[in-house]
Amino acid sequence: MKPTDIAAPDYFHKVVDCQWACPAHTPVPEYIRLIAQGRYSDAYMINWKSNVFPGILGRTCDRPCEPACRRGRVEETPVAICRLKRVAADFKDDIRQRLPKPTPKNGKRVAFVGGGPASLTVARDLAPLGYHCTVFDGDPEAGGMMRTQIPKFRLPNSVIDEETGYILGLGVEFKGGHRIESMKALLAEKYDAIFVGSGAPRGRELDIPGRKEAAANIHIGIDWLSSVSFGHTDKIGKRVIVLGGGNTAMDCCRTARRLGGEDVKVIVRSGFEEMKASPWEKEDAIHEDIPILNFLVPTAFIHENGKLTGITFQKVKAEYDAKGRRNLVPSGEPDQTFECDDVLVAVGQENAFPWIEQDCGIEFDKWHMPKVDPKTFVSTNPKVFFGGDAAFGPKNIIWAVAQGHDAALSIHKMLSGEDITERPLPEVHVSSQKMGIHEWSYDNDVSIDKRFKVPHRDKVVALKDIRTEVELGYDVKLALGEAHRCLNCDVQTVFSTSLCIECDACADICPMDCITFTANGEEDDLRHRLKAPSAHPDQDLYVSSDLKTGRVMVKDEDVCLHCGLCAERCPTGAWDMQKYFIEMTHAGSTCPTKSRSAA
Amino acid sequence: MTYIAKPKFHHPGLKKNDLGYTHRDYEGKISTLCAGCGHDSITASIIEACYELSIEPHRVAKISGIGCSSKTPDYFLGNSHGFNSVHGRMPSVLTGANLANRDLIYLGVSGDGDSASIGFGQFAHSIRRGVNMTYIVENNGVYGLTKGQFSATADRGSKSKKGVTNTDNAIDLVAIALQLGATFVARSFSGDKTQLVPLIAAAIRHKGASFIDVISPCIAFNNHAGSTKSFDYVREHNDAVNRLDVLVGRDPIAVDYAPGTVQVVEQHDGSKIALRKIDADYDPHDRLGAQTFLAKHAAKGQIVTGLLYVDPDAEDLHAHLNTVETPLNTLEADKLCPGSAVLDKINASLR
Repeated sequence: MKPTDIAAPDYFHKVVDCQWACPAHTPVPEYIRLIAQGRYSDAYMINWKSNVFPGILGRTCDRPCEPACRRGRVEETPVAICRLKRVAADFKDDIRQRLPKPTPKNGKRVAFVGGGPASLTVARDLAPLGYHCTVFDGDPEAGGMMRTQIPKFRLPNSVIDEETGYILGLGVEFKGGHRIESMKALLAEKYDAIFVGSGAPRGRELDIPGRKEAAANIHIGIDWLSSVSFGHTDKIGKRVIVLGGGNTAMDCCRTARRLGGEDVKVIVRSGFEEMKASPWEKEDAIHEDIPILNFLVPTAFIHENGKLTGITFQKVKAEYDAKGRRNLVPSGEPDQTFECDDVLVAVGQENAFPWIEQDCGIEFDKWHMPKVDPKTFVSTNPKVFFGGDAAFGPKNIIWAVAQGHDAALSIHKMLSGEDITERPLPEVHVSSQKMGIHEWSYDNDVSIDKRFKVPHRDKVVALKDIRTEVELGYDVKLALGEAHRCLNCDVQTVFSTSLCIECDACADICPMDCITFTANGEEDDLRHRLKAPSAHPDQDLYVSSDLKTGRVMVKDEDVCLHCGLCAERCPTGAWDMQKYFIEMTHAGSTCPTKSRSAA
Repeated sequence: MTYIAKPKFHHPGLKKNDLGYTHRDYEGKISTLCAGCGHDSITASIIEACYELSIEPHRVAKISGIGCSSKTPDYFLGNSHGFNSVHGRMPSVLTGANLANRDLIYLGVSGDGDSASIGFGQFAHSIRRGVNMTYIVENNGVYGLTKGQFSATADRGSKSKKGVTNTDNAIDLVAIALQLGATFVARSFSGDKTQLVPLIAAAIRHKGASFIDVISPCIAFNNHAGSTKSFDYVREHNDAVNRLDVLVGRDPIAVDYAPGTVQVVEQHDGSKIALRKIDADYDPHDRLGAQTFLAKHAAKGQIVTGLLYVDPDAEDLHAHLNTVETPLNTLEADKLCPGSAVLDKINASLR
């Protein structure tokens, strides 16, 4: 293999698995260290810069970082990254002084369709640069689906008010109760750019017999949730069936439990394991006495005299074809009917753009989705940008934020007369963590604690009030314990070939057998000659150039604990622990677009 | 020294030996030696050899004297018996322990100061008597603990860190061990684990006095230009006569090498060593030949490594003395102390 080019920003970024997996690339280990030091406000600001909604995401994020967390490959469970983010939000001081100050306007106007996470992210990035940002939303308050679809027992209004408030406070104009009904009309208002962050607002229908006849007791999940959120709906029947296996279904069933539903069940087509809902959301639902029944496909709504009485299901099983694709086929068992008073249909969301006229210069594909560039988020109309669920269909808040940052960069570049396809590199800071002979500026004593549980409110109390938050969040002590579980993957092991005397001290001390000195070879061959088996080929090998004996140093990054013992036991300083702080470049930064590489 | 403990986590894919242990289970405390010390590599090699042999740690007694090398038993086999004895007195403590309980595996760990200076006589007599043990000298040619004076194994003409030339002749412990009748003699280098690990494993399996001289660079005081025990010097002048590629238990050996290049040595306990010859003419069963070979190569400034001599049918001290097979600690009281009548009888026979 060729020597690893550690100057390429991606190399060490990939080693920080959590940050690499996060769509917004939040510097996770950095903020976790700050939490451990009690510097909650600093931790919050790192998050705020990167993911805009730390308090909201700390309660609701889909956590792509956690399955990626290296800790999960070393022991059973990853670090509770998401809930530590909430700790930063819960314990911070007043951070308003640290927010960007409103700047003189530059005369350019940007309109936003929809006031959800995508639009607010773009506005947050553009407003401090002097753009006049106007956000239109059909609802009276900002937040979009974060406010209307996520139940208050998971995300209290106070958190949404605070974090949307920070953005609107940057001088962003919010026009609530003002739904954009015509793109043409909006274009006619001569904005310099338009950002569409209108989400995926339509719940998918379930068109099976009885749908029309029993319509009074069949509700579309997301519509019903927003109706609950606005207080228009405050009760539901005693027996409720929720159809669907995503996070919306979990929100529906738990909300139903709080509005009078006593016998609430979730029924899904797929198997329990393949459900789209996050495992912890399923857990929370089950904890609230909601059974989840699987492999049942609804075939008809049963009704008497225009009133829903139940649903009939066909029993199915999963079969896998030669390509490993799953098909649900009838299992041959008799159909099953479940009685119920109300049904909540949460079988998916769709985009809907009835308000975009055909002659706006915005082209749509055969799935009726706008044609959007996945890097720049520009549509076929160079002044119109899309982001969040509106661009590529339903995903999670963190994706909307990441796309918002990218779209903001494109808008800023376009309005500065630059090429929007040229993207700046991330900002990288490297610094040695060595403080003395055996002193490192980070806590390298690896904690062996298991993941700490987040305390929940007593179930009886929690189920009584729909606005009572269930999760209480970590207290300071629990947060400290959980923060210590972080392996500091951003403190990188950096190897200098010229200093190495091949004494084997690093290979001997490494607790995870990551380091091997051996003859060079092709990657597949090398992976078979490592001291410990290489189980994850997606994890890079760090290969040095040729050493004095003609061998090379090979380090499998996979399960490195970043404990620094290699550097500690190295007599010549050939190993050093260096902190790589990698931050995505947002609109208005001056980062270069071309990479430097190793000399 | 390192203050944090080595994390308990280990690689999830670590292989386990016949006892269900990973090599991490054979570790001891974290080393307090200087970073990069060759001794730590020998420690790692002992760990690896014991792991590969699936040795039960509680069946091992590790005994040492004084010096950097003699601290190392604390860093491996944390669940074994240990005795850190007086300077240079490891061989007599080991001999005594061995006589009292022949069922344990004896690892004598010593250094060039401990064995070639203050304990030279002790070293000689334990070898001469054929104590069943693995005697490892971690040889760095300097007194590291007292800041780098020449030791008795420093080569004449080599330079100290401060530039002083050594005018004394060196003791070659391997040559002495051969001359004193050791039945397993090897030399290796701490920086070459592929050679060292199988040598240690074979030595543990050998019944009789096994001696391994391991050149182990002292990073702090003897790893400079002009030293003959530095990483660079040893790597440049290393003349390996053979390599132990495979060390197998009682299984048949299947080694795919050209005929004549592999020599199979069957040891007393039926275990076999496959020896890949590098020097075609070298015969590890010829004690006299080995002595000559060593002397000739030493004169040329070469460091001969590998398995230099082995007598597969060696006998040990217990055989010579015709001692009781049962360890003394499990011998019943009436056998251990048969009473004054028996003593009177013995005394009478000596009058």
